[in-house]
Amino acid sequence: MLNVGKIEEGFVLDHIPAGKSMSIYYHLGLDKLDCTVAIIKNARSNVMGKKDIIKVECDINTLDLDVLAVIDHTITINVIKDGEIVEKRVLELPKELKNIMKCKNPRCITSIEQELPHIFYLADPVRELYRCRYCDEKNTERF
Amino acid sequence: MRHLMTPMDFSVEELDKLFDLASDIEKNPEKYAHKCDGKKLATCFYEPSTRTRLSFETAMINLGGSVIGFSDAGSSSAAKGESVSDTIRVISCFADICAMRHPKEGAPMVAAGRSGIPVINAGDGGHQHPTQTLTDLLTIRALKGRLDNFTIGLCGDLKFGRTVHSLVNALARYSNVRFVFISPEELRIPGYLRDMLWDKAITFKEVIRLEDVMGELDLLYMTRVQRERFFNEEDYVRLKDFYILNKAKMDLAKEDMLVLHPLPRVNEISVEVDDDPRAVYFKQVQYGVYVRMALILTLLELV
Repeated sequence: MLNVGKIEEGFVLDHIPAGKSMSIYYHLGLDKLDCTVAIIKNARSNVMGKKDIIKVECDINTLDLDVLAVIDHTITINVIKDGEIVEKRVLELPKELKNIMKCKNPRCITSIEQELPHIFYLADPVRELYRCRYCDEKNTERF
Repeated sequence: MRHLMTPMDFSVEELDKLFDLASDIEKNPEKYAHKCDGKKLATCFYEPSTRTRLSFETAMINLGGSVIGFSDAGSSSAAKGESVSDTIRVISCFADICAMRHPKEGAPMVAAGRSGIPVINAGDGGHQHPTQTLTDLLTIRALKGRLDNFTIGLCGDLKFGRTVHSLVNALARYSNVRFVFISPEELRIPGYLRDMLWDKAITFKEVIRLEDVMGELDLLYMTRVQRERFFNEEDYVRLKDFYILNKAKMDLAKEDMLVLHPLPRVNEISVEVDDDPRAVYFKQVQYGVYVRMALILTLLELV
């Protein structure tokens, strides 16, 4: 069993579906941070069988939780202070997403007016379906 | 300040008020002939349209107002690359209200976000055409006397027809409306509409033959199979004449069933049906003017 040391200050993203950690690493912009990041792939999990874990030694406020929720809102976030878990955050699907995904509909106004923000609203929480605010086209982008 | 982007922007109660006003306009047009004196409507049509633009212009003129605008993108500043946001800010300095048609979906919504005047979506690509839906609803209410407790058949291109999608969404808010969708397999209603009806426990069925259901309909909404929606000509040619409403089919219908159509018609309703008193698609055009008059008055807060 591989051991990765405890972190003193930062956060741990747990219960990441196996294989998704690198996608999360880039979408959260962790590659741009000047701090320690540990990525553990295919860790054993009683619930999931296999899971990925990311440990980041920096302030939780640098994290865009909306992006994380869209990638997978079942991921849990443990906030660490002085080496201990001080908070567990549960993600919820955001009602609105701005400039996280792009509308692919060639008939959408965003296809010709480049300066417009790409905004999606949560149309169906059960089916986790987002639609473009301008043209109502459903988001097909997968992370 | 309010805009109209989709028919769902108005609650059922607000729609009732709007239709009451439209009915009063129909009965007492002289009462409203000067309500918009000194007001200007800008018709910003980035793609050609005859009926909708003329209907808006007629509505404003009937109210005593005047009209400015353009009727294709080539004659507007869009040809020079101006954004919709900039155009509407300029138009806001000239006019009191704007009706916008644009080939790109969501363009009127972008305009509304930057506008200093009310914006009416007069059709944005294959997305929304709310004043057509208001026209359909007013026609049904005026001629049937109600917007609930009936069976409506929607026939033709139910997959791509935005007027159908919009009308189904709007009627789903009224009680005991039953839907019969009549289309070939390739042009069935989209899955999200079926999901919506299931979620709301609204009764509907899908059939292929119009003749099989004519007798049970209180309303029949016909639509045109549009060439531009097909990727190959072969499919279009095969399906375009699938449904033609003729006198023989009308003989199977109830005596008080009404036939609606958003127009233009090509050949899906035989001209021999035009003289049938149940064919109300040309009356529907007149109701379109009344409802646009009521809408202009409502959005300008002149009532």
